[in-house]
Amino acid sequence: MIPTSYYIILSSILFGLGVIAFIFKRNVITIFMSIELMLNAVNLAFVAFSRALGQLDGQIFVLFVIVVAAAEAAVGLGIVILIARNRQSLNVERVDLLKL
Amino acid sequence: MSAPLLVFFVLAALAVGGALNLILQKHPIHSALSLIVVMVSLAGLYLLMGAEFVAAVQIIVYGGAIMVLFVFVIMLLNAGVEEHTNFSKLAGIAGIPLALVVTGFIAAAITHANDTVLAAPQTGAVAATKDLSTMLFREFVYPFELTSFLILIAILGALVLAQREHS
Repeated sequence: MIPTSYYIILSSILFGLGVIAFIFKRNVITIFMSIELMLNAVNLAFVAFSRALGQLDGQIFVLFVIVVAAAEAAVGLGIVILIARNRQSLNVERVDLLKL
Repeated sequence: MSAPLLVFFVLAALAVGGALNLILQKHPIHSALSLIVVMVSLAGLYLLMGAEFVAAVQIIVYGGAIMVLFVFVIMLLNAGVEEHTNFSKLAGIAGIPLALVVTGFIAAAITHANDTVLAAPQTGAVAATKDLSTMLFREFVYPFELTSFLILIAILGALVLAQREHS
């Protein structure tokens, strides 16, 4: 069968790709999607460890993470719509109200 | 190579390829579609680990609800190809090595760890959904109820944010 370390390495690769996307992308919506990618990577590690330890706590945590991600997507996309309405652009560099 | 290992590598390649495509695509709708590929292949990996309920929730909530919301917002705002400036290239120069270092550090720590947990094989066996529901509604019932408040507040927040101001 498949060792747990394979899953954890896949999870860390996906998390790293999520970090790269978060830093590299300029579109607010794509940045939100990279946050979802990082959450997914963490979920994979949770399920893998839950399976390896023979305990179900990890899977319950995954359910809570999914609930939080759903709430975050709802609020975050509301903020994205506000940004698009006020700035007429989805580029994060245009959102510089707090910049000195 | 055994069949589960082959399935794992196919699904892992799909997930990594989808994540790479998310970064490389310029148009947000293409990024969203490649993120759906990542989520569906992760659901397949959960099935491989014997976590059926999590796999179903992954497809219904992540692949269904959340990604439909993303695609809906992209189409509503008519989001076009993203523009790159000098600053974003600078962020790429600094960010990509940083993320690679983080990934390499985690992977090296895992491969060098002499832990029995990491060496333990993932046996995709027992149907755990019944145990999962028992645990969720006994030990984790208060957090579970609290999530309903969280979702209610998130709905109110989204409504307040998205409503048009009457001026």
